[in-house]
Amino acid sequence: MRPRSIIEKIWDAHLVAELGDGQALLHVDRVFLHELTGPQALAALAAAGRAVAQPALVFGVIDHIVATGPGLSGSAREQAGAAFIRSFRDLARRAGVRLFDLDDPRQGIVHVVAPEQGIALPGCTLVCPDSHTCTVGGIGALAWGIGSTECEHAVATQTLARRRPGTMRVEFRGRPAAGVTAKDMILALIGRYGAAGGASRAIEFCGEAVAGLGVEARLTLCNMAVEFGAWTGLVAPDDTTIEWLAGRPFAPRAAHWEAAVAHWRALATDDGARWDAQLDLDCAALAPQVTWGTSPAHVVGIDGVVPDPAAAPDATARAGIERALAYMDLRPAQPLAGLPIEAAFIGSCANSRLPDLRAAAALLRGRRVAPGVKALVVPGSTALKRAAEAEGLHRVFAAAGFEWRESGCSLCFHSGGDSFGAARRVITSTNRNFEGRQGPGVRSHLASPLTVAASAVAGRIADPRALAPR
Amino acid sequence: MERFVRLQALAAPLLRPNVDTDVIIPAREITSPTRAGYGEKLFSSWRYLTPDRRPNPDFVLNRPPFERAQILLAGDNFGCGSSREMAVWALRQFGFRCVIAPSFGAIFQANCHRNGVLPVVLPAAVVEALGAEAGAGTLELDVDLEACTVGASGGRVFGFEIGATERAMLLAGLDEIGLTLARRDAIAAFQARDRDARPWIWSL
Ligand code: SF4
Repeated sequence: MRPRSIIEKIWDAHLVAELGDGQALLHVDRVFLHELTGPQALAALAAAGRAVAQPALVFGVIDHIVATGPGLSGSAREQAGAAFIRSFRDLARRAGVRLFDLDDPRQGIVHVVAPEQGIALPGCTLVCPDSHTCTVGGIGALAWGIGSTECEHAVATQTLARRRPGTMRVEFRGRPAAGVTAKDMILALIGRYGAAGGASRAIEFCGEAVAGLGVEARLTLCNMAVEFGAWTGLVAPDDTTIEWLAGRPFAPRAAHWEAAVAHWRALATDDGARWDAQLDLDCAALAPQVTWGTSPAHVVGIDGVVPDPAAAPDATARAGIERALAYMDLRPAQPLAGLPIEAAFIGSCANSRLPDLRAAAALLRGRRVAPGVKALVVPGSTALKRAAEAEGLHRVFAAAGFEWRESGCSLCFHSGGDSFGAARRVITSTNRNFEGRQGPGVRSHLASPLTVAASAVAGRIADPRALAPR
Repeated sequence: MERFVRLQALAAPLLRPNVDTDVIIPAREITSPTRAGYGEKLFSSWRYLTPDRRPNPDFVLNRPPFERAQILLAGDNFGCGSSREMAVWALRQFGFRCVIAPSFGAIFQANCHRNGVLPVVLPAAVVEALGAEAGAGTLELDVDLEACTVGASGGRVFGFEIGATERAMLLAGLDEIGLTLARRDAIAAFQARDRDARPWIWSL
């Protein structure tokens, strides 16, 4: 047989029918819904008099607009949000979909919950009406975000029609230094090749630096595949993945586990497989990355400076940089380190898992957030929040001056209501620094949780490598 | 779904690169779990002034005659970011039937195909030239999905490519779910095989 990439292997294993014109009908193994974009799909389905084809394979969570202040009370972050929660609950119940509701310990950000519960598995296909569904590629799944109409299709038929994607292999070479994380790796990649560098392809992330990452960090890496303009990204399952999955609530058991592991091991890309594009990035010399502008591609090492629009290659690029600098209130050639911040946020499906919280807490232990800085930490799921509390991490954060919140998307995006208050400049472990993403006029600087913690302490954008963990 | 065959209409220019779906329809404007009411919320951060939501006279769609534009000339990577289909609903409900750009966010592009909105990819130089012309408010384009061409004054014709399936879906206004459900036997056969091949997928 012709050598195949992991992407081709997963594709072929899900092929229901060739539709002609390069399109295929693919089986969808898992569908996840959330309360912001799920109701429209389920409502349209019901209005058309159709049913969910395989309710056992469909899951729902409430994460996007629920208020994450202390105690998951079920209130929404904005007034209209309550209607989404009510409508989603009601539609999910009627459709027979399993819902991890607010009082369920399995509740959390959809892309955190799917692998954590062992519902997303290597080699499976998974979709969700949410662009960061690619996060789940970190476990070795082929997972991608869709719109509401495609979601309606997915639940009605348990399939989706897709054109076979172009493929890309991205090799992260070398070993990143201490204080440099998966977040810095993916930001550097986007900075180097641009926000459309992934060219709608399916990417396998590989290389020494990826092999050395834990599963949570691989989820962080894949989370931003969509910010790279890719269709999706994944990391092939290995011993690290298999150990991580063993014993998770929905993971296969007993004889099924043995068979599944054998299947997962066979997914690895064959020698000689063909790729439409190959890129690489050396991680050995990488510094922690911080964005300066309003696209994730607007990024430099923490010791770098804001670019000069005059040096841009063309007029469009120049106008883009000028606009970003105006929105971010920055000057050309200004150093990023030392820039005063007003708020610090650790959370989101990019960076809110246990190792993220542990690393940030290690840095914050015995230190205090600078006066005047509003600092929040929002665990990615109720389960991992409880695990963090069992280790006492919440006390470390609280002692440092961070507000310890309930799990959810929280201030990763602004939905009205809950906000950073008067704060304008925010250092954030999230994945999007678009204009207004975290609130009207809010200037978001994306970075790793370590850089967020170090900056919160300094009251300015700060290099985490200068602060020894305690 | 609404069909798209041919459209002769006014074009409006909005050539910034990387216009994301948070800008097309900010999350705070999504206030009801339905598909209606998004037209007046399109581009609201740029279109309205705070705090009293007065129309921003500098924003292109607030300047006559662009309120009646049905074609949007956009920059590279238009519709990147969030998967929210409200971005397409907002464009459609405002009146747009076609967006022309050098490239699109992939999910946004797929959402367009499913809502009777035609995303046309043309080379950046062409989009820029048309965009510069469109500023005067008199650029009418003739978008023909049967011929896969965009026509402009002076006999200019630009060909574009689109997948045959997407083209057929738009031309006929097809209900994709109905088409797939007609293949229910193939789906059932796949699932029966898969229960043996990958039982762990099914034992949730
Ligand atoms: S945490 Fe942010 S990026 Fe992730 S799903 Fe929620 S809103 Fe989207």
